[in-house]
Amino acid sequence: MAEVLVLVDHVDGTVRKTTAELLTAAARLGEPSAVFVGAGFETAQAALAQHGAVKVYRVDDPAVVDHLVAPTAEVLAHLVGQVSPAAVLLPSSPEGKEIAARLAIKTESGLVTDAVDVQPGEGGGVRTVQSVFAGSYTVTTSVTKGSPIVTVKPNSIPVVEAPAAAAQETLTVPLSEQATAAKIVERKEKAASGRPQLTEAAIVVSGGRGTGGDFGPVEAFADALGAAVGASRAAVDAGWYPHANQVGQTGVQVSPQLYIAAGISGAIQHRAGMQTSKTIVAINKDPEAPIFELVDYGIVGDLFQVLPQATQEIQARKG
Amino acid sequence: MNIVVCVKYVPDAQSDRSFESDFTTDREAVDGLLSELDEYAVEAALALNEAGEGGEVTVLTMGPEDAADAIKKGLQMGADKGVHVLDEAIAGSDAVATSLVLAEAIRKVGPVDLVITGLASTDGAMSVVPAMLAERLGLPQVTFASELTVEGGVARIRRDGDTASETIEASLPAVVSVTDQINEPRYPSFKGIMAAKKKPVQTWGLGDLGVDASLVGLAAAWTTVEGVQARPPRAAGEVVTDEGQGGQALAQFLASRKFV
Repeated sequence: MAEVLVLVDHVDGTVRKTTAELLTAAARLGEPSAVFVGAGFETAQAALAQHGAVKVYRVDDPAVVDHLVAPTAEVLAHLVGQVSPAAVLLPSSPEGKEIAARLAIKTESGLVTDAVDVQPGEGGGVRTVQSVFAGSYTVTTSVTKGSPIVTVKPNSIPVVEAPAAAAQETLTVPLSEQATAAKIVERKEKAASGRPQLTEAAIVVSGGRGTGGDFGPVEAFADALGAAVGASRAAVDAGWYPHANQVGQTGVQVSPQLYIAAGISGAIQHRAGMQTSKTIVAINKDPEAPIFELVDYGIVGDLFQVLPQATQEIQARKG
Repeated sequence: MNIVVCVKYVPDAQSDRSFESDFTTDREAVDGLLSELDEYAVEAALALNEAGEGGEVTVLTMGPEDAADAIKKGLQMGADKGVHVLDEAIAGSDAVATSLVLAEAIRKVGPVDLVITGLASTDGAMSVVPAMLAERLGLPQVTFASELTVEGGVARIRRDGDTASETIEASLPAVVSVTDQINEPRYPSFKGIMAAKKKPVQTWGLGDLGVDASLVGLAAAWTTVEGVQARPPRAAGEVVTDEGQGGQALAQFLASRKFV
């Protein structure tokens, strides 16, 4: 069975949930081989084994880590040449998509980004499903050229546990001069909020213009549910919440089990970032707000009344 | 500096966008415009040259005849000249072919210091063309810039990720993509609109670029769209008006769906 390469998404060895999703998808196409770049392999190995990585290619050359996407693309291109994988799967993060882009040109392989499903193609290759035009269309695509390269959106693939060996194979790839031309000269880690990552969270609570700048009730409600906190572009542009939390076309695209929009009207820019959520709830004063067209449950009302009451009720139910 | 800004003419995202029978984006049914996210790229280029030693800003697009409107908007904002790659064979090109055509056009424009793009188009929204251009042109990429400065032949950007904020440097020439956080794009002034009418716009075909037509267009795509389906409208949900118990009702709904 042909190998399927999965680029591991991790922070110093702590493997992100997207990687388990990619390994699960990889097992549908062939034999999953993880590609681990950076420090912290010992921490990562167990998580990779748990989700089906038969092999782990390990690259800890600091030159790969200190530079932007180009060196990782060279590492993957080297592996593609070596093992002719049935597919290469990467996370749909900005880095993942850019590595995929360079890899596609280097290896002359078809590329699909932001897939929400990945299956074997009928006549070989890979068949993907994407959600496009702000989630208003579903597109099915087959990739047959080269070693199909697919970036997969977080929260799209239900994770299956499949214990495997995760046998390590250390890899040294000589990098070109060009690969190290863009250098990361400074990195400031963001302070941990204690809340789940926006793209991975099962529940997301977002606030918009209707918060008037006070995200207190939104955050308290999110914490009662163990949710991540998002914000609309209007709230971010007003300086009320960090851009990193912006849900929408120019921010983060999320697809959680439950999305709650508080004081957000639901402009196309916002819908593009959340329309594929499984269950959608909205609280808004304006009964005509377009967000209500999307909801499973909506409350026409003041979020400053509704959210604190709901927070209290949830805490009471949890005891 | 000599800067090429790659822009795209896209169907208005506020309209009901759809597909042609061959599953390519329908570019006729709804009005098009300069992709909103590309305005930040044009602004970034203009701001660099206004602050520095000058040089030319070229707005480059590929697309059908109407795509000239995207160039016009860039010239009205203040860019110096335009290049429109117009060729029937281009229709249906994927990102791979798009990057091939744009890379050859950039080479033909002449020596450039910077290639600047937006963070994504508002239609395809892949965000891969800047990285593909960098790969094809053999240039470093410094992408998703929320800040951009150029000093002593080095481009330096701030890139905000979800776990860290990074400062990245690369020597010129380089490919830069900018986010909507980087600036506030200007509106064309009356003077700018009048001046744009006299600015040179060149129209090139694939032959002018030395690109083999068999490498572009729908038939050359490395991926094949098998089907496109309108997402079924979400079943109408329950919308209630808060009369004092809205919060409890919300908690009850979440509990009934096992979220609590």
